[in-house]
Amino acid sequence: MTSRLDVSDGFLGRGDDVYEALIRAHEGLTDDESAALNARLVLILANQVRDPGAVIEAIRLARETGPPSEKA
Amino acid sequence: MGTYVPPRFAYRPAAESRGHTGQRRPVAIVGAGPVGLSAAIDLALHGVPSLVLDDNDTVSAGSRAICWAQRTLEIFDRLGVADRMMAKGVTWQRGRVHRRDAEIYSFDLLPEGGHRMPAFINLQQYYVEEYLVERALQFPELIELRWKNKVVGVAPRQLGAELTVDTPDGAYTIEADWVIAADGANSSVRRMLGLPFRGQDFDERFLIADVRMDAAFPNERLFWFEPAFHAGQSALLHKQPDNVYRLDFQLGPDADPALERQPDRVMPRVRAVVGESTPFELEWCSVYAFRCARLEHFVHGRVVFAGDSAHVVSPFGARGGNGGIQDVDNLCWKLARVVGGRASEALIGSYDEERGRAADENILNSARTTNFMTPKTRTERLFRDSVLDLAPHAGFGRALVNAGRLSRPCLLSGLRLQTEDADSGWAGPVPGAPAPDAPVTDADGQPSWLLNHLGGAFALLCFVSDEAELADCAALKASAVSVVAIASRALSRAAPDVLIDHAGIAHARYGAEPGTVYLIRPDQHVAARFRRFDPDAIEHALLRASGADQSIRSAA
Ligand SMILES: Cc1cc2nc3c(=O)[nH]c(=O)nc-3n(C[C@H](O)[C@H](O)[C@H](O)COP(=O)(O)OP(=O)(O)OC[C@H]3O[C@@H](n4cnc5c(N)ncnc54)[C@H](O)[C@@H]3O)c2cc1C
Repeated sequence: MTSRLDVSDGFLGRGDDVYEALIRAHEGLTDDESAALNARLVLILANQVRDPGAVIEAIRLARETGPPSEKA
Repeated sequence: MGTYVPPRFAYRPAAESRGHTGQRRPVAIVGAGPVGLSAAIDLALHGVPSLVLDDNDTVSAGSRAICWAQRTLEIFDRLGVADRMMAKGVTWQRGRVHRRDAEIYSFDLLPEGGHRMPAFINLQQYYVEEYLVERALQFPELIELRWKNKVVGVAPRQLGAELTVDTPDGAYTIEADWVIAADGANSSVRRMLGLPFRGQDFDERFLIADVRMDAAFPNERLFWFEPAFHAGQSALLHKQPDNVYRLDFQLGPDADPALERQPDRVMPRVRAVVGESTPFELEWCSVYAFRCARLEHFVHGRVVFAGDSAHVVSPFGARGGNGGIQDVDNLCWKLARVVGGRASEALIGSYDEERGRAADENILNSARTTNFMTPKTRTERLFRDSVLDLAPHAGFGRALVNAGRLSRPCLLSGLRLQTEDADSGWAGPVPGAPAPDAPVTDADGQPSWLLNHLGGAFALLCFVSDEAELADCAALKASAVSVVAIASRALSRAAPDVLIDHAGIAHARYGAEPGTVYLIRPDQHVAARFRRFDPDAIEHALLRASGADQSIRSAA
């Protein structure tokens, strides 16, 4: 795999804006609706990355950084 | 409890309370907290007399505000009180964020040197108030402090307001051209004028305790998410002078405040942080629920709100007291110009505009931190915990961890007093930014600080490289500003007032080239900047920034 996942801060100083937008997007949703929203969002962002190798690395990072019970 | 002995300020019966008609005052200030006291001093430095009315006769009970930010210290320096505060305070610039028992990351609030003031000092609010009172007493001709004078009525008049004041010797009334309401979060002036105070209430309760102990905690801000010593919640620790430590514990929304402030509940929580072997004493504690709220406008006729009376924030980020002192910095030079007849009343409107923006920014930041600390839904908690899970592994995760966005000055760019840049691609502070400090050498060859030469009056900061430029810059002195010339090296001919930027730091920080001019406001903010001496453009920017360009603006 040639791509390298870039995990440095890429929010350009607007991380708190993005975080707040994420939280607000879930207001009033049931847990199932929230999970579905997250799934759609992940797919949208996975496409936006334009680098399938990096997406696969990102999936691995997400899997490895969860609480112990969720780890592979 | 407690080791600090609060001073008692002498109450004296006011002449008015014995039936004399009080003389009308240019400015009356309601409240002698940090904001009211700073306002009285700042006005006095501008030559404006004020009457300060406070319902109490001592300083803040409990330490309350402890973290004072760099910009606030620069203002306190201009007011002539920073040296004492610095000598007493605990200087810090690093924050460490932990999750459970491991540090996730740390941040440095002032990685560069070359500033007179540090990122932060911690100093109990009662010391700050005590020093401000002592400073105010150095202006006996200009500042009258009246203790145990409680404002119980305010009647707006067309050109001022009439205050009804209650004292141990009975009530009296007094008129003022301007009233600064600095009477705190529960402002009675605000209530008496019937002004709504809207915002967000947080359900979460927090225990705040000050303990005295001989402990080896560093001069750092320590924050924990879900520490082992306080399961599932968050905690914060700050070091203060006199071996006093501030501890904040998140208690959850269902905590019973009356119960949680009992020493037998508080002591074990503290014990869990400091360990079994460290003896400590409880100095002060209280249980809070926080609120972020503001007045829609800070100026109501001739009544101007400043500090907590105008806006309140949750304390994560230390934006309350710092924001209030920055209100004073913004307001007092404007009020002095208006009272002195040098600007129209419209200039006070720019206080509302500029500090309104700052209040929104402070509220946004402190509300976001409080939200991050207290996730309210399952999804919100999942996101929060996921950020904490990622933080040790990914820089972007650390960027999202919100354990406090500490007080920063607000950028006033694009607002009505500032003049936009004519040139683009310019490093250095944009119009509306506070002027950065830099080490310089003064005219006597002594080490000095740039900010100590700016502020109080409008100033032109002129970067010069030769005598011709110096002469241009001296010619500008004709208009009502002071001129501060700065050069990289000493100029050959006698150039008495030129500051030398021996280390090149000022030139770098201001993105300056020979001929660069910054117009600096009395509150040390950049109003405009120019690549070359252009007397017309400078004059225009000065009229605009000083509120003297009514004709220009109404003609435009
Ligand atoms: C636990 C806690 C921690 C905090 N930590 C920080 C921090 O680290 N950094 C920070 O910057 N801020 C902090 N703050 C906020 C800070 O304490 C306030 O923002 C600050 O005190 C506001 O100053 P003020 O002068 O506007 O109001 P106050 O300090 O409330 O002063 C108001 C004054 O007005 C007087 N008064 C009231 N009503 C009347 C009346 N009718 N007539 C006459 N006088 C009257 C009062 O007696 C008082 O002296 C903290 C607050 C709390 C509660």
